[in-house]
Amino acid sequence: MAFSNEQLERYARHIVLKDVGAKGQEKLLNAKVLIIGVGGLGSPVAMYLAAAGIGTIGIADADVVDLSNLQRQIAHNTEKIGTAKVESAKETINRMNPDVTVHTYQTLVTKDNILDFIQDYDFIIDGTDNFSSKFLINDACVMAKKPFCHAGILGFQGQLMTYVPGEGPCYRCIFHNPPKKDEVPTCKQVGVIGAMCGVIGSLQAMEAIKYILGVGELLTGYLLTYDALTMEFRKVKLPKRVANCAICGDHPTITELIDYEQSECAGV
Amino acid sequence: MSDIIINDEVDITDVMCPVTFAKAKVALEELEDGQVLSVLLNAGEPVRNVPRSMEYEGNQVLKLTDNQDGTFTLLVKKGGTK
Ligand SMILES: [Zn+2]
Repeated sequence: MAFSNEQLERYARHIVLKDVGAKGQEKLLNAKVLIIGVGGLGSPVAMYLAAAGIGTIGIADADVVDLSNLQRQIAHNTEKIGTAKVESAKETINRMNPDVTVHTYQTLVTKDNILDFIQDYDFIIDGTDNFSSKFLINDACVMAKKPFCHAGILGFQGQLMTYVPGEGPCYRCIFHNPPKKDEVPTCKQVGVIGAMCGVIGSLQAMEAIKYILGVGELLTGYLLTYDALTMEFRKVKLPKRVANCAICGDHPTITELIDYEQSECAGV
Repeated sequence: MSDIIINDEVDITDVMCPVTFAKAKVALEELEDGQVLSVLLNAGEPVRNVPRSMEYEGNQVLKLTDNQDGTFTLLVKKGGTK
């Protein structure tokens, strides 16, 4: 592929890296990543992937920008209050890097549409804020054999893991089922430090970039946890794929996707 | 040294660091292992850093010639040290 002079200059810090080079940058420009939820986590993911020159970025989110989002959702700004988050994020991406084609899906991701959305993408980012979506994304990615990066944040704590088909446990292998409604507080009652979204979202973007480049080791089979108060990262080795997992096991009992009730909260 | 076959050429005198090395690297990645790229580069920072970066990435610097006009010509063999 021939880089324009502008692209050479824009991506010079990638191209000069031994593990990226022109071929790696070409892979990034040809890659397609879908970000489900462009809020706290999805914002930095979208921005770093756009800056990196991921050629096609899909963003799915049903919400509009609210003033209370702006403490952490850095893809949006005060002028965008009341605008669809996907439109606001698209503008942020376009301004940052015109090389990126953006596809927007302003809708709730459900069992009826998720397989259509994910099929065109190479890697999926879970940037959602509730357990029902997290289990739905996991189950759909297992079914469609798509790699994805899960993350969850709450207060001063964050965690992430990456699923690659055939290479480790899925989210359901570890967390089994969404918690009951009364076991978790609702989103608006739990806070999060905005910078937590930046820490964990940036790590999700890093996983997507490494997957596309085919370099290094992913968080497959590991959960990385971060405690901002003690400033500790822990890389916890996860058990191997669970043979009787309801979705990725040898005899899956989940054969159709499930929309759990939307009220539970897994962070922001 | 007159038996060196040059497979491609690139002029990086029109760009600044770090685009200098990036532009040379893009040209080198188009070649096969063992082929030779001729790079025209400016004296000063480029001539100090580009040959070193090429070697750091496992290529072999065959020759660096001062053209006596503020530019140098660098001949690099792709993957020559592996
Ligand atoms: Zn599983």
